[in-house]
Amino acid sequence: MTSHNITSTKITSSTLLPVGLVLAVLVLALNSSGYVVTVIGFAAIYAIFCTGLNFFMGYTGQASFGQNAFAALGGYGSAILTGGYYWEPVPAMLVSMLFAGLVAGFIGYPTLKLRGHYLAMATFALGLITYEISIEWSSLTMGYMGYSGIPPLGIGRFELVTEKQQLVALTVLMLLGVWMATRMRQSRFGRALRAIAGSEAAAQALGINVARYKLIAFVVAALYASLAGSLFAHFVGFISPEVFGSAMVIQSFTMLFLGGVGTVWGPVIGALMVSLLPELLRGLKELQDVAYCSLLVVMLIYAPRGLFDFIVQSFEKTDIAKIFSKNRG
Amino acid sequence: MDTQNLLLEVHDLSASYGQVRALEPTSLHIEHGELVTVLGPNGAGKSTMLRAITKLIKCSGQLKFMGLDVTTLPTHERSRAGMIMVQEGRGLFSQMSVYENLVLGAYNSDSGSDAVEQRLLDVFELFPRLKERLSQTSSSLSGGEQQMLAIGRALMANPKLLMLDEPSLGLAPRVAGEILETLGELNRQGLGILLVEQKAPLALKLAKRVYVLSLGKIVAELPANEIKSHHDLAQYYLH
Repeated sequence: MTSHNITSTKITSSTLLPVGLVLAVLVLALNSSGYVVTVIGFAAIYAIFCTGLNFFMGYTGQASFGQNAFAALGGYGSAILTGGYYWEPVPAMLVSMLFAGLVAGFIGYPTLKLRGHYLAMATFALGLITYEISIEWSSLTMGYMGYSGIPPLGIGRFELVTEKQQLVALTVLMLLGVWMATRMRQSRFGRALRAIAGSEAAAQALGINVARYKLIAFVVAALYASLAGSLFAHFVGFISPEVFGSAMVIQSFTMLFLGGVGTVWGPVIGALMVSLLPELLRGLKELQDVAYCSLLVVMLIYAPRGLFDFIVQSFEKTDIAKIFSKNRG
Repeated sequence: MDTQNLLLEVHDLSASYGQVRALEPTSLHIEHGELVTVLGPNGAGKSTMLRAITKLIKCSGQLKFMGLDVTTLPTHERSRAGMIMVQEGRGLFSQMSVYENLVLGAYNSDSGSDAVEQRLLDVFELFPRLKERLSQTSSSLSGGEQQMLAIGRALMANPKLLMLDEPSLGLAPRVAGEILETLGELNRQGLGILLVEQKAPLALKLAKRVYVLSLGKIVAELPANEIKSHHDLAQYYLH
């Protein structure tokens, strides 16, 4: 038995099902009203954001309460470059990502020396500072008023005018993002990150440069966050500081932990559930929030390691599981 | 003492936790292919000493490894040079499979290369049970198997010096004996080993030399076979 046939079984089994599920949701959404399309679109954007966050919080086991800062950089970068300077959306998006990545590297280098609660506090401050800047620097960001007139995604004269077209693009980008995350998770880089999550001392003792890998994970998370922020700006056509406020942190944490932190598909499942649940419960009127929170608690009791793990484990007990090989990606 | 033939040379190594000095300035050396045991009771500074040698904690003092000054190198670069430690409590990645743990051991080598594949086969030959448990998470292994995995993972790193922090801790005597036998076998193949134990007649049988550590100081250095003739030491460490 060599290493190769051990690793290769990992990709097939638990990739096909989630991709199928995502495509099924996409088809359903495309045959629904505009409102459903919007909700699913937001879910896809959040799935990208959480997939990035998962690098830092899931695989590497660090805490960042400030990823909304990088989403804001991406969102405002795209908004200002396309809305104010009439750039093409794609180069604006890439330049914003580059900028967010540089900022993450610059800020992460000193900040990531902190651990645990202190790291959480410092990153939280990062989100708050960005929020304040986006309000106060109103000559650039329009402050509280928000930035409008952001064109939809497109390349050259080809614009994605309808929401349904945009949803397809968002889904494709999300799957691409998840695919890259899968590849990275199973690479030498991904194993190093997970080793850091397991035990920093042991990782160091095996020759892993812990500080450097934490920083890379932080930057990767920032790149995903920036992309999500840009996509949000193009999808809605309008952004304001509130969009990237602290609520975004709470929302993304709920998604990450509900879906399954540290798993590849957890962020996607979490993003979908947390986006859909409030809408499904809308009929309960004033009891909506109560029902929503109760459901969250129930899910965290019965699936403490997230829905992805829960689904995989239930799946493994069935006969179909014997066809696929055993795996928990 | 021929300094050219030294694998590890430690000079005046000391370490503190805040105000508390856990390791007084300590000097020791290991020759190529030598198995050296460090004995000492709980709290004598054994683990601190290993953590200082691998720079997992702040410390002062000089270190030479295979003739090179490694004093300023951080942990991961010392590991890259071939100083590999098996931590107390094994330091395994509990959520990862046995295979992933082993592959992480070879982190500094080109994974998938022939050399790494060969090392993997060598580890399986040494510990056949690991091969049977390859896809299980390391937390599902028994204590003895976990220690085998910890040593196997360290061997994947192609160590020049293997340091072990109480590998027999918490194991049934028979299992601990097997583990130590394996270390003896590795040493006979030429691997330099620094073995830290609390009380271990077996460790003494394997070792060529012994350092005795007490209250953060090396209080004795002697050939392993002479420890019996020191009545007070024998009293403490052989029973």
